[in-house]
Amino acid sequence: MAAVMPAPAQSRLLMSGNEAVARAVWEAGVRVAAAYPGTPSTEMLETLAGYPDLYTEWSVNEKVSLEVAFGASMAGSRAFCAMKHVGMNVASDALMTLTLTGVQGGLVIAVADDVGLSSSQNEQDSRFWGRFAHIPVLEPADSQDAHDMVLEGYRLSESFQVPVLLRLTTRICHVKALVTVGARQTHAASGFTRDAARWVMVPGNAARRIPLMYERERRLRELAETSPLNVLEPGEDKRFGFVTSGPAAMHVREAFPDAPVLRLGLSYPVPVERVRALALQVERLVVVEETEPLLELELRAAGIAVHGKDVLPSIGELSPQVLRPALARWSGEDGPASGAAAQAVFPRPPTLCVACPHLGVYYTLSQLRNIVVSGDIGCYTLGAGHPWHALDSTISMGASMGVALGLDKGRGETDRNKRIVAVIGDSTFLHMGMQGLLDITYNRGNVTVLLLDNRAVGMTGGQDNPASGRDIHGEPAPRVDFARLVEALGVKAERIRVVDPYELPTLFKALREETKIDEPSVIITDRPCVLIDAYQPRRPYRVEESACTGCGNCVEVGCPAIHVTRREKAVKPSGREVDLSFVRIDTPACTGCDLCVQTCAPDAIVHAEPLHAASVVRPG
Amino acid sequence: MPAIAAAVIAGKPAPTQPSLNQRRPMPASHNTTNILVVGIGGQGVMTATEILAEAAMALGHDVKKTEVAGMAQRGGVVSSHLRFGPKVLSPQIAPGEADLLVGFESAEALRWCHTLRPGGVVLVNTARLVPPVVNGGLYDYPADPVGQMRALGYEVHAFDATGIARELGELRLGNTVMLGAIADHLPFPADNLLEAVLARFRTRKPQFVELNRRAFEAGRRADAREGQTT
Repeated sequence: MAAVMPAPAQSRLLMSGNEAVARAVWEAGVRVAAAYPGTPSTEMLETLAGYPDLYTEWSVNEKVSLEVAFGASMAGSRAFCAMKHVGMNVASDALMTLTLTGVQGGLVIAVADDVGLSSSQNEQDSRFWGRFAHIPVLEPADSQDAHDMVLEGYRLSESFQVPVLLRLTTRICHVKALVTVGARQTHAASGFTRDAARWVMVPGNAARRIPLMYERERRLRELAETSPLNVLEPGEDKRFGFVTSGPAAMHVREAFPDAPVLRLGLSYPVPVERVRALALQVERLVVVEETEPLLELELRAAGIAVHGKDVLPSIGELSPQVLRPALARWSGEDGPASGAAAQAVFPRPPTLCVACPHLGVYYTLSQLRNIVVSGDIGCYTLGAGHPWHALDSTISMGASMGVALGLDKGRGETDRNKRIVAVIGDSTFLHMGMQGLLDITYNRGNVTVLLLDNRAVGMTGGQDNPASGRDIHGEPAPRVDFARLVEALGVKAERIRVVDPYELPTLFKALREETKIDEPSVIITDRPCVLIDAYQPRRPYRVEESACTGCGNCVEVGCPAIHVTRREKAVKPSGREVDLSFVRIDTPACTGCDLCVQTCAPDAIVHAEPLHAASVVRPG
Repeated sequence: MPAIAAAVIAGKPAPTQPSLNQRRPMPASHNTTNILVVGIGGQGVMTATEILAEAAMALGHDVKKTEVAGMAQRGGVVSSHLRFGPKVLSPQIAPGEADLLVGFESAEALRWCHTLRPGGVVLVNTARLVPPVVNGGLYDYPADPVGQMRALGYEVHAFDATGIARELGELRLGNTVMLGAIADHLPFPADNLLEAVLARFRTRKPQFVELNRRAFEAGRRADAREGQTT
């Protein structure tokens, strides 16, 4: 993607929070920005990559992205990195020490919390990191706020030599709202200055930095009491006063337009005295925060009587329709008149795409018995769902490797004959899986690894990575050679196979054979993600209705283009009753991967005439 | 008069006592139009809502648009909230507060119809997209989503947007057909929405401008026919 001319200053644009952050990072004169994709944070770097005059990269994981940004800051450049909430768990090892050195060029770290778990394995409140690392936390309430706080964040970062945490949530990242943008400032790199006492964190040096960190936090606490980022919006209705931050501020304003509200843009350190002043003016003071009771507990510890999670939920998103009834009930009012209830409609869980190469992998795994499958994070986590039910665990990025080894080493007598399989995608393997595989080979584990190389970070929209052979701009970049990589990690050459996941018999045979051998093995599948340019559709199929016997084997592939047209019951010669499912293929959606054809004994699936009209629904 | 326009002019009914559990009376000028667009990942729901947002924005409204993406890109449920007016605070539409529900798929419209306010209008594409969990026999597809919504008292405008797009020779036009159907339910003239649709194609794919104009008008006509029968 070539850089485009950014919209001129003073333009009023409809921007998501992520786009607004990207614009402001560019305006702030940032010279280096790095990230690993992850919902809901991905679009920050994706958008930044289109701006001119700064270096952007997809890093292999969040820890590396933070280290890259920090190095750029040491060199005197303004720097930025972005990640989702669980990414900070990975990056925190760097964070917890670079807070001691502090920064040279301004450093803003955007952390996006997936409140409500739209696409995550857990829900976490990243504001904890501010307390843990003793760094300021900024919490925008909408896109304009996000834009403005990035600019303020760099000023803060440089005047206190502190990394600044910009805490976002899904309802900031993915809400589009109007933003008035500004012009780009230039900030030349001030240059790296050797200073071992500051930059080399050996125990003696680090110990001398800790008091400086606490002194910095004390000064930030003073600043919070006067910062214009913390705004008291007066109100006439003094039954309740509110202390709030992030998108919750908008929900409070909407639900209680007449109440006094203290909106904390700089939410850590907490401006305790400003809250105390508000507490004196209202009957009851309520803290509205997503998701943990952080402000609430700190205010209570400061001797201020506040309410919060005693009346409001601490799981999931807040909204006016959560706040209004909660406070009404608490005040002794009747609950709200119950509106029309949602209609009971079948669930529509996310599915793998039409012709996704993972379909072949999960169809095969679902046919194997006596295996335990340790899964990982990505599109292929969907293999846990219908119809495959082919994953037994998913924890965190790269965990499939270590968990598989632990399942192997910790197996009980009843599991003696179980074979352990780990499933991991290319990007996740490079993010945090390599170390786990090294642990398997080093410790002589008995694990068969399925490395699904589809050359993209599929789940977040097909971003490039070292397996795609392209950089963040789509320009050619060195492509990692997985076969050589896993061999270098200690897997014997004869235990490494590269298999086409569209060839079911080959895949089945490879898995059967490798799981029977008591040493580490890796089966690499090599078809590209259907959502990236490298994917080439082939001639589509249709079902010859007269030939379909209703066996339903093809339905087990799980391809969304295969539809059941009618069901029947039949009695086999053995007397056993079986369910029959007669099918058709949505030919305009089919891209001819051939997987279902291989499951069809009566050859009822045949090539259709090529069709040019795309389906309404893209694969997926 | 379009339903929403009437609601905007009339203002929301003001409760007699300030109660904490309902929307507080706002000045008439603060009235917000709430449109919920629903469908499944990959149908273009988010793009359609974005075009609606651009049209509202061009008329000087404050605008907020939100949805939960991520896994929805993989054939999951997508619901896109659009709110516009003089000043928009929270981006989410509360149950019972949508003025207009636009369903790109029949069962999805049924799933979300509880978000409509009393008297709200549903525009629904009668096309059905059946997920693997239904194909696998775990669940049934509702027998008559449109009939069920009418039975619940909603004003339903149902038409086969996918079929209209197919007749125009390009299934991807379904999105523009739906936008055409929305055009006469907005508190601003249909031409403003048409302009927002065409503006996208003028810059990106000028060869599709005329085709999209036809799709938009076909959607408008389909909706108008429904309006006469209900």
